[in-house]
Amino acid sequence: MLTSFHTVATVCLAWLSVFVQTAAPSLQPWVGTQPDFLPALMVHTALRTSVWNVVLLGLLGGFMLDSVSGNPVGVSCLPLGLVGWLLHGRRDFILREQTFAQFILGFGAGAAVPFLTGVLLLSLGRQPLVGWNSVVPWTVLALSSGLATPLMFRLFRQVERWFAFRKPEPGTFRPDREIRRGRQ
Amino acid sequence: MWKRSHSVALGLLAGISLLLLSLPDEWATKVKVTVGACYLPLLGLAGTVQQVWQQAGEVVLSRRDLLQQNEWLRRENERLRLEALQAAEWGRENARLRRLLGWREQSPWRDRLRLARVTLREPTPWWRTLQINLGARDGVTPALPVLVPEGLVGRIAEVGPFHARVVLVGDPNCRVSARVLNETRDVGLIVPADPLPRDLVLLRYLPRGARVHPGQAVVTSGLGGVFPSGIPIGSILDVHPMEHGLYIEATVQLAAPVNSLEEVWVLWP
Repeated sequence: MLTSFHTVATVCLAWLSVFVQTAAPSLQPWVGTQPDFLPALMVHTALRTSVWNVVLLGLLGGFMLDSVSGNPVGVSCLPLGLVGWLLHGRRDFILREQTFAQFILGFGAGAAVPFLTGVLLLSLGRQPLVGWNSVVPWTVLALSSGLATPLMFRLFRQVERWFAFRKPEPGTFRPDREIRRGRQ
Repeated sequence: MWKRSHSVALGLLAGISLLLLSLPDEWATKVKVTVGACYLPLLGLAGTVQQVWQQAGEVVLSRRDLLQQNEWLRRENERLRLEALQAAEWGRENARLRRLLGWREQSPWRDRLRLARVTLREPTPWWRTLQINLGARDGVTPALPVLVPEGLVGRIAEVGPFHARVVLVGDPNCRVSARVLNETRDVGLIVPADPLPRDLVLLRYLPRGARVHPGQAVVTSGLGGVFPSGIPIGSILDVHPMEHGLYIEATVQLAAPVNSLEEVWVLWP
Protein backbone atom coordinates (compact mmCIF):
# COMPACT_ATOMS: atom_id res chain seq x y z
CA MET A 1 0.00 0.00 0.00
CA LEU A 2 2.74 2.40 1.03
CA THR A 3 4.75 1.45 -2.06
CA SER A 4 1.90 2.13 -4.44
CA PHE A 5 1.19 5.41 -2.68
CA HIS A 6 4.84 6.36 -3.01
CA THR A 7 4.87 5.37 -6.66
CA VAL A 8 1.87 7.52 -7.54
CA ALA A 9 3.08 10.45 -5.43
CA THR A 10 6.59 10.27 -6.90
CA VAL A 11 5.38 10.22 -10.50
CA CYS A 12 2.94 13.10 -9.87
CA LEU A 13 5.64 15.14 -8.15
CA ALA A 14 8.09 14.47 -10.99
CA TRP A 15 5.49 15.64 -13.50
CA LEU A 16 4.80 18.80 -11.50
CA SER A 17 8.45 19.57 -10.78
CA VAL A 18 9.35 19.43 -14.48
CA PHE A 19 6.45 21.77 -15.24
CA VAL A 20 7.53 24.20 -12.52
CA GLN A 21 11.08 24.04 -13.87
CA THR A 22 9.93 25.15 -17.32
CA ALA A 23 7.02 27.46 -16.51
CA ALA A 24 8.31 29.26 -13.39
CA PRO A 25 9.87 32.72 -13.74
CA SER A 26 13.19 32.18 -15.40
CA LEU A 27 16.46 32.36 -13.45
CA GLN A 28 18.42 31.66 -16.61
CA PRO A 29 19.48 35.24 -17.40
CA TRP A 30 21.35 35.36 -14.09
CA VAL A 31 22.52 31.82 -13.37
CA GLY A 32 22.13 30.12 -16.74
CA THR A 33 19.72 27.41 -15.61
CA GLN A 34 16.53 26.62 -13.74
CA PRO A 35 16.65 24.71 -10.43
CA ASP A 36 16.20 20.98 -11.01
CA PHE A 37 14.17 19.07 -8.41
CA LEU A 38 14.34 15.62 -10.01
CA PRO A 39 17.68 14.64 -8.36
CA ALA A 40 16.24 15.58 -4.94
CA LEU A 41 13.17 13.49 -5.65
CA MET A 42 15.43 10.65 -6.78
CA VAL A 43 17.43 10.77 -3.51
CA HIS A 44 14.21 10.45 -1.54
CA THR A 45 12.93 7.63 -3.76
CA ALA A 46 16.22 5.75 -3.61
CA LEU A 47 16.48 5.95 0.16
CA ARG A 48 12.86 5.37 1.08
CA THR A 49 11.31 3.10 -1.56
CA SER A 50 12.05 0.11 -3.79
CA VAL A 51 14.50 -0.19 -6.66
CA TRP A 52 11.54 -0.43 -9.08
CA ASN A 53 10.40 3.03 -8.05
CA VAL A 54 13.94 4.24 -8.75
CA VAL A 55 13.79 2.77 -12.26
CA LEU A 56 10.32 4.20 -12.83
CA LEU A 57 11.34 7.68 -11.70
CA GLY A 58 14.57 7.52 -13.72
CA LEU A 59 12.70 6.62 -16.89
CA LEU A 60 9.58 8.77 -16.49
CA GLY A 61 11.31 11.77 -14.91
CA GLY A 62 14.05 11.78 -17.53
CA PHE A 63 11.53 11.26 -20.28
CA MET A 64 9.39 14.19 -19.08
CA LEU A 65 12.40 16.49 -18.79
CA ASP A 66 13.62 15.55 -22.27
CA SER A 67 10.18 16.12 -23.77
CA VAL A 68 10.13 19.78 -22.70
CA SER A 69 13.80 20.54 -23.32
CA GLY A 70 16.20 20.47 -26.24
CA ASN A 71 17.70 17.16 -25.03
CA PRO A 72 17.53 14.10 -27.28
CA VAL A 73 14.79 11.87 -25.95
CA GLY A 74 16.02 9.44 -23.28
CA VAL A 75 19.31 11.18 -22.48
CA SER A 76 18.30 12.20 -18.93
CA CYS A 77 16.92 8.77 -18.00
CA LEU A 78 20.20 6.91 -17.55
CA PRO A 79 22.07 9.51 -15.38
CA LEU A 80 19.05 10.07 -13.15
CA GLY A 81 18.32 6.36 -12.78
CA LEU A 82 21.99 5.47 -12.28
CA VAL A 83 22.40 7.94 -9.41
CA GLY A 84 19.25 6.57 -7.78
CA TRP A 85 20.35 2.99 -8.31
CA LEU A 86 23.76 3.64 -6.69
CA LEU A 87 22.15 5.36 -3.71
CA HIS A 88 19.60 2.59 -3.32
CA GLY A 89 22.34 -0.04 -3.26
CA ARG A 90 24.14 1.79 -0.42
CA ARG A 91 21.15 3.02 1.51
CA ASP A 92 21.81 0.78 4.52
CA PHE A 93 25.10 2.60 5.12
CA ILE A 94 23.61 6.10 4.91
CA LEU A 95 22.20 8.12 7.78
CA ARG A 96 19.20 8.99 5.68
CA GLU A 97 17.13 10.63 8.41
CA GLN A 98 19.81 13.26 9.13
CA THR A 99 19.10 16.61 7.48
CA PHE A 100 22.79 17.24 6.80
CA ALA A 101 23.16 13.83 5.15
CA GLN A 102 20.11 14.54 3.03
CA PHE A 103 21.60 17.88 1.96
CA ILE A 104 24.93 16.31 1.03
CA LEU A 105 23.25 13.48 -0.89
CA GLY A 106 21.01 15.94 -2.72
CA PHE A 107 23.99 18.17 -3.50
CA GLY A 108 25.95 15.20 -4.84
CA ALA A 109 23.03 13.92 -6.90
CA GLY A 110 22.33 17.42 -8.22
CA ALA A 111 25.97 17.71 -9.31
CA ALA A 112 26.27 14.18 -10.71
CA VAL A 113 23.11 14.09 -12.84
CA PRO A 114 23.92 17.13 -15.03
CA PHE A 115 27.56 16.08 -15.24
CA LEU A 116 26.66 12.57 -16.43
CA THR A 117 24.05 13.99 -18.81
CA GLY A 118 26.67 16.33 -20.28
CA VAL A 119 29.11 13.45 -20.70
CA LEU A 120 26.40 11.34 -22.35
CA LEU A 121 25.46 14.20 -24.70
CA LEU A 122 29.09 14.65 -25.73
CA SER A 123 29.46 10.88 -26.20
CA LEU A 124 26.45 10.92 -28.51
CA GLY A 125 28.15 13.53 -30.67
CA ARG A 126 25.84 16.39 -29.67
CA GLN A 127 27.26 19.82 -29.00
CA PRO A 128 25.75 21.11 -25.78
CA LEU A 129 26.63 24.61 -24.57
CA VAL A 130 29.41 23.79 -22.12
CA GLY A 131 32.44 25.78 -21.12
CA TRP A 132 34.13 27.24 -18.07
CA ASN A 133 31.05 29.33 -17.41
CA SER A 134 29.07 26.11 -17.00
CA VAL A 135 30.44 25.93 -13.44
CA VAL A 136 27.87 28.56 -12.39
CA PRO A 137 24.73 26.68 -13.55
CA TRP A 138 26.25 23.41 -12.37
CA THR A 139 26.75 24.81 -8.87
CA VAL A 140 23.23 26.23 -8.88
CA LEU A 141 21.81 22.84 -9.90
CA ALA A 142 23.75 21.06 -7.14
CA LEU A 143 22.84 23.64 -4.48
CA SER A 144 19.16 23.75 -5.41
CA SER A 145 19.02 19.97 -5.32
CA GLY A 146 20.82 19.91 -1.96
CA LEU A 147 18.38 22.38 -0.47
CA ALA A 148 15.35 20.65 -1.96
CA THR A 149 16.23 17.17 -0.68
CA PRO A 150 15.47 17.68 3.05
CA LEU A 151 12.30 19.53 2.03
CA MET A 152 11.34 16.55 -0.13
CA PHE A 153 11.74 14.20 2.84
CA ARG A 154 9.59 16.47 5.00
CA LEU A 155 6.98 16.86 2.30
CA PHE A 156 6.64 13.11 1.83
CA ARG A 157 6.51 12.51 5.58
CA GLN A 158 3.70 15.03 5.87
CA VAL A 159 1.80 13.67 2.88
CA GLU A 160 2.19 10.13 4.19
CA ARG A 161 0.70 11.26 7.48
CA TRP A 162 -2.30 12.66 5.63
CA PHE A 163 -3.02 10.06 3.01
CA ALA A 164 -1.09 6.82 3.35
CA PHE A 165 -2.20 3.72 5.16
CA ARG A 166 -0.64 3.41 8.59
CA LYS A 167 -0.31 0.30 10.70
CA PRO A 168 -2.61 0.43 13.72
CA GLU A 169 -0.65 1.02 16.87
CA PRO A 170 -0.75 -1.74 19.50
CA GLY A 171 -3.59 -1.26 21.96
CA THR A 172 -3.31 -1.02 25.71
CA PHE A 173 -4.45 -4.63 26.16
CA ARG A 174 -1.73 -6.83 27.64
CA PRO A 175 -2.33 -10.60 27.63
CA ASP A 176 -0.15 -11.11 30.73
CA ARG A 177 -2.47 -8.82 32.71
CA GLU A 178 -5.64 -10.62 31.62
CA ILE A 179 -7.81 -11.90 34.46
CA ARG A 180 -8.74 -15.39 33.56
CA ARG A 181 -11.91 -16.78 34.99
CA GLY A 182 -12.66 -20.41 35.64
CA ARG A 183 -10.28 -23.32 35.81
CA GLN A 184 -7.38 -23.57 33.44
CA MET B 1 23.46 -6.75 0.33
CA TRP B 2 23.32 -7.38 -3.40
CA LYS B 3 20.09 -8.68 -4.86
CA ARG B 4 19.29 -10.06 -8.26
CA SER B 5 16.49 -7.51 -8.63
CA HIS B 6 19.12 -4.73 -8.52
CA SER B 7 20.89 -6.15 -11.55
CA VAL B 8 17.59 -6.62 -13.38
CA ALA B 9 16.58 -3.02 -12.55
CA LEU B 10 19.87 -1.63 -13.82
CA GLY B 11 19.62 -3.71 -16.98
CA LEU B 12 16.07 -2.51 -17.57
CA LEU B 13 17.05 1.12 -17.02
CA ALA B 14 20.06 0.92 -19.33
CA GLY B 15 18.17 -1.08 -21.95
CA ILE B 16 15.21 1.29 -22.20
CA SER B 17 17.51 4.35 -22.14
CA LEU B 18 19.65 3.00 -24.96
CA LEU B 19 16.54 2.01 -26.92
CA LEU B 20 15.19 5.56 -26.62
CA LEU B 21 18.54 7.07 -27.57
CA SER B 22 18.81 4.87 -30.66
CA LEU B 23 15.39 5.86 -32.01
CA PRO B 24 15.51 7.49 -35.46
CA ASP B 25 15.19 11.30 -35.31
CA GLU B 26 11.70 11.30 -36.76
CA TRP B 27 10.43 8.80 -34.20
CA ALA B 28 12.25 10.54 -31.37
CA THR B 29 10.58 13.84 -32.28
CA LYS B 30 7.17 12.16 -32.36
CA VAL B 31 7.76 10.57 -28.97
CA LYS B 32 8.94 13.90 -27.50
CA VAL B 33 5.97 15.78 -28.86
CA THR B 34 3.55 13.14 -27.57
CA VAL B 35 5.04 13.11 -24.07
CA GLY B 36 5.29 16.90 -24.08
CA ALA B 37 1.54 17.03 -24.69
CA CYS B 38 0.99 15.70 -21.15
CA TYR B 39 1.77 19.25 -19.97
CA LEU B 40 -1.06 20.79 -22.00
CA PRO B 41 -3.62 20.31 -19.17
CA LEU B 42 -1.28 22.10 -16.77
CA LEU B 43 -0.78 24.96 -19.22
CA GLY B 44 -4.55 25.26 -19.64
CA LEU B 45 -5.03 25.02 -15.89
CA ALA B 46 -2.45 27.75 -15.26
CA GLY B 47 -4.28 30.06 -17.70
CA THR B 48 -7.67 29.29 -16.17
CA VAL B 49 -6.41 29.83 -12.62
CA GLN B 50 -5.02 33.20 -13.67
CA GLN B 51 -8.40 34.21 -15.16
CA VAL B 52 -10.38 32.92 -12.17
CA TRP B 53 -8.02 34.73 -9.84
CA GLN B 54 -8.67 38.01 -11.63
CA GLN B 55 -12.45 37.42 -11.67
CA ALA B 56 -12.51 36.31 -8.05
CA GLY B 57 -11.02 39.61 -6.99
CA GLU B 58 -13.91 41.47 -8.62
CA VAL B 59 -16.56 39.17 -7.08
CA VAL B 60 -15.13 39.60 -3.61
CA LEU B 61 -15.13 43.35 -4.03
CA SER B 62 -18.80 43.46 -5.09
CA ARG B 63 -19.82 41.53 -1.98
CA ARG B 64 -18.00 44.02 0.13
CA ASP B 65 -20.61 46.59 -0.91
CA LEU B 66 -22.87 45.02 1.70
CA LEU B 67 -20.56 45.97 4.52
CA GLN B 68 -20.77 49.20 6.52
CA GLN B 69 -20.02 52.52 4.83
CA ASN B 70 -16.68 52.98 6.49
CA GLU B 71 -15.56 49.49 5.62
CA TRP B 72 -16.91 49.92 2.11
CA LEU B 73 -14.91 53.10 1.58
CA ARG B 74 -11.78 51.45 2.81
CA ARG B 75 -12.30 48.52 0.47
CA GLU B 76 -13.17 50.85 -2.37
CA ASN B 77 -9.94 52.67 -1.81
CA GLU B 78 -8.04 49.38 -1.91
CA ARG B 79 -9.89 48.33 -5.05
CA LEU B 80 -9.03 51.56 -6.78
CA ARG B 81 -5.42 51.18 -5.82
CA LEU B 82 -5.38 47.63 -7.13
CA GLU B 83 -7.11 48.72 -10.31
CA ALA B 84 -4.56 51.45 -10.77
CA LEU B 85 -1.83 48.83 -10.51
CA GLN B 86 -3.70 46.56 -12.92
CA ALA B 87 -4.28 49.46 -15.32
CA ALA B 88 -0.57 50.18 -15.31
CA GLU B 89 0.07 46.55 -16.27
CA TRP B 90 -2.63 46.73 -18.96
CA GLY B 91 -1.05 49.93 -20.20
CA ARG B 92 2.32 48.23 -20.49
CA GLU B 93 0.75 45.25 -22.26
CA ASN B 94 -1.20 47.57 -24.56
CA ALA B 95 1.94 49.49 -25.44
CA ARG B 96 3.81 46.27 -26.12
CA LEU B 97 1.05 44.90 -28.35
CA ARG B 98 0.69 48.23 -30.17
CA ARG B 99 4.41 48.22 -30.76
CA LEU B 100 4.22 44.66 -32.11
CA LEU B 101 1.23 45.52 -34.28
CA GLY B 102 2.87 48.68 -35.56
CA TRP B 103 6.00 46.77 -36.39
CA ARG B 104 3.90 44.13 -38.15
CA GLU B 105 2.20 46.82 -40.31
CA GLN B 106 5.59 48.25 -41.30
CA SER B 107 7.29 44.90 -41.75
CA PRO B 108 7.93 43.69 -45.30
CA TRP B 109 6.50 40.30 -44.25
CA ARG B 110 3.36 41.69 -42.59
CA ASP B 111 0.95 39.25 -44.28
CA ARG B 112 3.09 36.27 -43.35
CA LEU B 113 3.53 36.92 -39.63
CA ARG B 114 1.56 35.23 -36.88
CA LEU B 115 1.78 36.01 -33.17
CA ALA B 116 2.59 33.19 -30.74
CA ARG B 117 2.80 33.19 -26.96
CA VAL B 118 5.76 31.63 -25.16
CA THR B 119 4.45 28.81 -22.95
CA LEU B 120 7.50 26.94 -21.62
CA ARG B 121 11.19 27.76 -21.31
CA GLU B 122 14.26 25.55 -21.54
CA PRO B 123 14.92 23.80 -18.20
CA THR B 124 18.50 22.65 -18.89
CA PRO B 125 21.63 24.82 -19.05
CA TRP B 126 23.06 23.40 -22.28
CA TRP B 127 20.35 24.29 -24.80
CA ARG B 128 18.52 27.49 -25.67
CA THR B 129 14.99 26.66 -26.67
CA LEU B 130 11.43 27.64 -25.81
CA GLN B 131 7.96 26.37 -26.52
CA ILE B 132 5.19 28.38 -28.20
CA ASN B 133 1.44 27.87 -28.36
CA LEU B 134 1.20 27.38 -32.13
CA GLY B 135 1.45 23.89 -33.59
CA ALA B 136 0.74 21.75 -36.60
CA ARG B 137 -2.99 22.48 -36.45
CA ASP B 138 -2.13 26.17 -36.97
CA GLY B 139 0.04 25.28 -39.97
CA VAL B 140 3.44 25.54 -38.28
CA THR B 141 6.15 23.46 -39.94
CA PRO B 142 9.81 22.90 -38.97
CA ALA B 143 12.42 25.53 -39.96
CA LEU B 144 10.06 28.53 -39.99
CA PRO B 145 11.89 31.67 -38.76
CA VAL B 146 10.79 33.19 -35.45
CA LEU B 147 11.37 36.88 -34.73
CA VAL B 148 10.40 39.91 -32.65
CA PRO B 149 10.49 43.58 -33.63
CA GLU B 150 14.03 43.91 -32.25
CA GLY B 151 15.39 41.05 -34.36
CA LEU B 152 15.78 37.37 -35.03
CA VAL B 153 14.85 34.92 -32.26
CA GLY B 154 15.44 31.52 -33.88
CA ARG B 155 13.66 28.88 -35.92
CA ILE B 156 11.05 26.19 -35.36
CA ALA B 157 12.64 22.82 -34.58
CA GLU B 158 9.92 20.41 -33.47
CA VAL B 159 6.21 20.68 -34.11
CA GLY B 160 3.41 19.06 -32.11
CA PRO B 161 -0.30 19.38 -32.76
CA PHE B 162 -0.77 22.24 -30.28
CA HIS B 163 2.73 23.53 -29.63
CA ALA B 164 6.13 23.92 -31.27
CA ARG B 165 9.70 24.10 -30.01
CA VAL B 166 11.85 27.03 -31.11
CA VAL B 167 15.65 26.80 -31.08
CA LEU B 168 17.02 30.24 -30.28
CA VAL B 169 19.95 31.97 -31.94
CA GLY B 170 22.89 30.91 -29.78
CA ASP B 171 21.74 27.30 -29.49
CA PRO B 172 24.21 24.79 -30.97
CA ASN B 173 21.42 23.59 -33.29
CA CYS B 174 20.68 27.03 -34.74
CA ARG B 175 23.40 28.40 -37.01
CA VAL B 176 22.63 31.46 -39.06
CA SER B 177 24.40 32.92 -42.06
CA ALA B 178 24.87 36.60 -41.21
CA ARG B 179 26.03 39.75 -42.97
CA VAL B 180 27.77 42.73 -41.36
CA LEU B 181 26.37 46.06 -42.55
CA ASN B 182 29.72 47.62 -43.45
CA GLU B 183 31.23 48.82 -46.75
CA THR B 184 32.28 45.32 -47.80
CA ARG B 185 29.10 43.59 -46.47
CA ASP B 186 31.12 40.68 -45.11
CA VAL B 187 29.38 37.37 -44.48
CA GLY B 188 30.00 35.00 -41.57
CA LEU B 189 28.29 32.34 -39.54
CA ILE B 190 26.53 32.91 -36.21
CA VAL B 191 27.50 30.17 -33.72
CA PRO B 192 27.05 29.83 -29.95
CA ALA B 193 29.44 31.54 -27.54
CA ASP B 194 29.84 30.61 -23.86
CA PRO B 195 26.84 29.41 -21.82
CA LEU B 196 26.84 32.75 -19.96
CA PRO B 197 25.93 35.50 -20.77
CA ARG B 198 23.04 34.30 -22.89
CA ASP B 199 22.66 37.32 -25.17
CA LEU B 200 26.10 37.00 -26.77
CA VAL B 201 26.95 34.88 -29.83
CA LEU B 202 29.97 34.59 -32.10
CA LEU B 203 30.19 35.61 -35.74
CA ARG B 204 32.80 33.27 -37.23
CA TYR B 205 34.54 32.84 -40.58
CA LEU B 206 34.66 36.53 -41.49
CA PRO B 207 37.32 37.09 -44.18
CA ARG B 208 40.75 38.21 -42.99
CA GLY B 209 40.46 41.58 -44.66
CA ALA B 210 36.98 42.32 -43.31
CA ARG B 211 36.61 45.85 -41.95
CA VAL B 212 34.48 45.00 -38.95
CA HIS B 213 34.18 47.41 -36.01
CA PRO B 214 32.22 47.44 -32.77
CA GLY B 215 28.75 48.91 -33.15
CA GLN B 216 28.14 47.73 -36.72
CA ALA B 217 24.82 45.99 -37.28
CA VAL B 218 24.57 42.32 -38.20
CA VAL B 219 21.61 40.99 -40.21
CA THR B 220 20.66 37.68 -41.80
CA SER B 221 22.31 37.19 -45.18
CA GLY B 222 19.56 35.06 -46.72
CA LEU B 223 22.07 32.32 -47.57
CA GLY B 224 21.00 28.83 -46.59
CA GLY B 225 17.37 29.31 -47.45
CA VAL B 226 15.94 29.22 -43.93
CA PHE B 227 16.01 32.90 -42.93
CA PRO B 228 15.10 35.70 -45.35
CA SER B 229 17.79 38.34 -45.72
CA GLY B 230 17.73 41.55 -43.74
CA ILE B 231 16.39 40.39 -40.35
CA PRO B 232 18.41 42.18 -37.65
CA ILE B 233 20.46 39.83 -35.47
CA GLY B 234 22.45 42.23 -33.30
CA SER B 235 25.50 44.43 -33.28
CA ILE B 236 29.24 43.80 -33.15
CA LEU B 237 30.67 44.02 -29.63
CA ASP B 238 34.32 43.21 -30.26
CA VAL B 239 36.51 41.70 -32.96
CA HIS B 240 39.49 39.36 -32.64
CA PRO B 241 41.55 37.43 -35.19
CA MET B 242 41.55 33.68 -34.78
CA GLU B 243 44.57 31.43 -34.36
CA HIS B 244 46.87 31.28 -37.41
CA GLY B 245 44.98 34.30 -38.80
CA LEU B 246 42.80 32.28 -41.13
CA TYR B 247 39.67 34.26 -40.37
CA ILE B 248 38.24 36.91 -38.05
CA GLU B 249 35.79 36.27 -35.28
CA ALA B 250 33.46 38.84 -33.73
CA THR B 251 31.31 38.80 -30.63
CA VAL B 252 27.74 39.88 -31.39
CA GLN B 253 25.23 41.17 -28.89
CA LEU B 254 21.80 39.86 -29.86
CA ALA B 255 19.17 42.48 -30.61
CA ALA B 256 16.22 40.31 -29.51
CA PRO B 257 15.64 40.17 -25.75
CA VAL B 258 16.09 36.39 -25.58
CA ASN B 259 15.90 36.34 -21.78
CA SER B 260 12.50 37.97 -21.50
CA LEU B 261 10.43 36.84 -24.47
CA GLU B 262 6.69 36.66 -23.89
CA GLU B 263 5.36 36.84 -27.45
CA VAL B 264 7.11 36.07 -30.73
CA TRP B 265 6.19 36.21 -34.40
CA VAL B 266 6.38 33.18 -36.64
CA LEU B 267 7.19 34.01 -40.26
CA TRP B 268 5.30 31.89 -42.77
CA PRO B 269 7.01 31.00 -46.07
